[in-house]
Amino acid sequence: MGRKLLTEHINVEGIDTIEVYRKHGGYRSVEKAIKTMTPDEVVEEVKKSGLRGRGGAGFPTGMKWSFLAKPEGVPRYLVCNADESEPGTFKDRQLMSKLPHLLIEGMITSSYALGANTSYIYIRGELLYVLRILEKAIAEAYAAGFLGKNILGSGYDLDLYVHPGGGAYICGEETALLESLEGKRGNPRNKPPFPAVQGLYARPTVVNNVESIAAVPVIVNDGGDEYAKIGIGRSTGTKLISACGHLNKPGIYEIELGVPVEEFIYSDEYCGGIWKGRDLKAVVAGGSSVPILPKELILKTAAGEPRLMTYESLSDGGFVTGTMLGSGGFIAMDETTCIVRNTWNFSRFYHHESCGQCSPCREGTGWLEKILHRIEHGHGTERDIDVLASVAKQIEGNTICPLGEAAAWPVSAAIRHFRDEFEWHIRHPQEATRPGAVYPGKAVLA
Amino acid sequence: MAKITFDGIEVEVPDGTTILNAARTIGGSIVPPAMCYYTPLKGSGGKCRACLVRVAAGSAKDPRPMPKLVASCVTPVQDGMVVENTTSEQVLNVRKGIVEMLLINHPLDCPVCDQAGECDLQNFAFEHGVSTTRYEEERRTFEKIDIGPLIQLHMTRCILCYRCVYTADQLTEKRVHGVLGRGDAAEIGTYIENIIDNEFSGNVIDVCPVGALTDKTFRFKQRVWFTKPVNAHRQCENPKCCGKVVLWYKGKDVLRVTARKDQYGEVKEWICNTCRFDKKETADWTLEGPAHIDRSSVISANHYELPVLNASVVADLPESSMRDLEQNPPMRLGN
Repeated sequence: MGRKLLTEHINVEGIDTIEVYRKHGGYRSVEKAIKTMTPDEVVEEVKKSGLRGRGGAGFPTGMKWSFLAKPEGVPRYLVCNADESEPGTFKDRQLMSKLPHLLIEGMITSSYALGANTSYIYIRGELLYVLRILEKAIAEAYAAGFLGKNILGSGYDLDLYVHPGGGAYICGEETALLESLEGKRGNPRNKPPFPAVQGLYARPTVVNNVESIAAVPVIVNDGGDEYAKIGIGRSTGTKLISACGHLNKPGIYEIELGVPVEEFIYSDEYCGGIWKGRDLKAVVAGGSSVPILPKELILKTAAGEPRLMTYESLSDGGFVTGTMLGSGGFIAMDETTCIVRNTWNFSRFYHHESCGQCSPCREGTGWLEKILHRIEHGHGTERDIDVLASVAKQIEGNTICPLGEAAAWPVSAAIRHFRDEFEWHIRHPQEATRPGAVYPGKAVLA
Repeated sequence: MAKITFDGIEVEVPDGTTILNAARTIGGSIVPPAMCYYTPLKGSGGKCRACLVRVAAGSAKDPRPMPKLVASCVTPVQDGMVVENTTSEQVLNVRKGIVEMLLINHPLDCPVCDQAGECDLQNFAFEHGVSTTRYEEERRTFEKIDIGPLIQLHMTRCILCYRCVYTADQLTEKRVHGVLGRGDAAEIGTYIENIIDNEFSGNVIDVCPVGALTDKTFRFKQRVWFTKPVNAHRQCENPKCCGKVVLWYKGKDVLRVTARKDQYGEVKEWICNTCRFDKKETADWTLEGPAHIDRSSVISANHYELPVLNASVVADLPESSMRDLEQNPPMRLGN
């Protein structure tokens, strides 16, 4: 059994209350950090831990913290990005609804490290029930003296607010999130300036994912070096993986980074194999925005090595034969999955969620979806596949924020790995659009 | 000061200057096109992606190339930066793609569009686009919305550059319009079909790079290349209005009044609606001389200054303009 650092007590009854949470060691990191450590020492521990952002980008958290500008007399902010809404990713809402105090403890410890006296949890608007859980937990933390003025008699003040968003995927992009938090339309900002220099209300700001912040208490309690011992190479610690799709046991698993993908899919400790005894066809390993990989490339790298659940191993081979760990939204697809339909479905999402601010994303996401809709419905033409690939290329890297890439990567990867299936849809429209139709495979076609 | 190399040309500009403005100090055809950036409007830029350039070296301290193309209008220069614009195949290819994207929903109705001849997108497409499109799907269209007696909104032609939104936000106190919806369903609109009614609202017409916002008092009266632009001024009672305009003549009639623009099509100083819409008699104005239009293709191509020259106007011309006219005599109509 792998070690559980965040979810060890997740099933304890009443763990969402401060009494039970404290009985299980809760808020120790706040006491330790505020009473015995300087803010810089906390930052140093996080750096030592090697913790990387769990929201998807995987940028080293300690390094991000150290970029924070610290001009005299200017407030700084910590913002927790709880606007989780990537298709396939549902780990943060579980963490927040079951262990609200873990996030709050992380927010307090992290805010202390960053010198922030006001912090925000920007939560997805649809998660009203989680918002209420968090608000109740925050009230308990205020009553216990962990929030508010003069925390634990240290002279350090912190106010923590939960702010529900309007329910737009784009508001999960850090600068769009800040715009939304300021009460404006959730459009991403141009970078530079980066939030670490000019973030919320044009003040230095750090935006971190829920899971990253929830890992901070563990790092402070046990020390960064201990945390870094878990995992492999630069992928340290544990990671929550939200596994869904055609699996026997879909759910949220806390894994030690480095578990082989094959073990994660097939072992009884994790997903328990593919449902109905079917064969695995493809996997989207890190949320719908990362490139899809066929079975032969997700289980083993192009060089034949076992593929591991780490940032490095999953991205081995670049986008030609690799993918990304992303946010840990692991979607498994069995042999009956229509890749064209799946790609169209993803594209519908990104088309719907593009903010429309920059031209390649505004026009390109719609274009991709419309072509895919045609192919899926039996009206594709021979040149469509090349146009699709080319439009995806036109979007990629040319937009204000990463939503452009998120829309383009699934399409380019699907074409790269499953081109035959697209061609079959175009050449055999009647067969391909029959309800329940499944691509018969290259061998059968030949 | 920062020294940068732009397409092989070295130029020194003050710190904080954007790459685009650094290129503008060099001038000429190497300056990246800008559909959404507008110098007088704070916060504009970065949206159309027309001005993307390749940064081959970030700075003298960190000479690594930037991983992606950057929007030159919002990226500040750094000492030692090396920028590729017309010298980069990648940039030129991307620009073709941007033209194609912008023309997906923009109708090619230039023959009946009032912006034809002064349209940034027309120029951009001419300079960087291809003559065909691969887009076969249904295009976006909109019902006409009445936004008042002075300005016509043609949402179908809008490329969502946000310039008019910034203008309304920064220039007027009673802003009633903005962007509604998102993605390719986003549109410029007024909240619950309001009309746009304030003393500086006409400026949104000048900043619009395409024919989405046009002057209702001028629409369909004349093609711009048949009119003659003349600089003029008046003592405007509105303290925020500069009173310096361009009068667009057809014969003796003033068909249109606009603010003065620089060589990049950007308004130099804002004018009020009284000057724009109500003062259309020559007697209302002190004429200064022919307006020189640098950028808008068909107007500058035919040198329309000369036909409006008359003794009184020439006498008022500043010495530098006279020298310029002597050295580069404009072609006469009918020559």
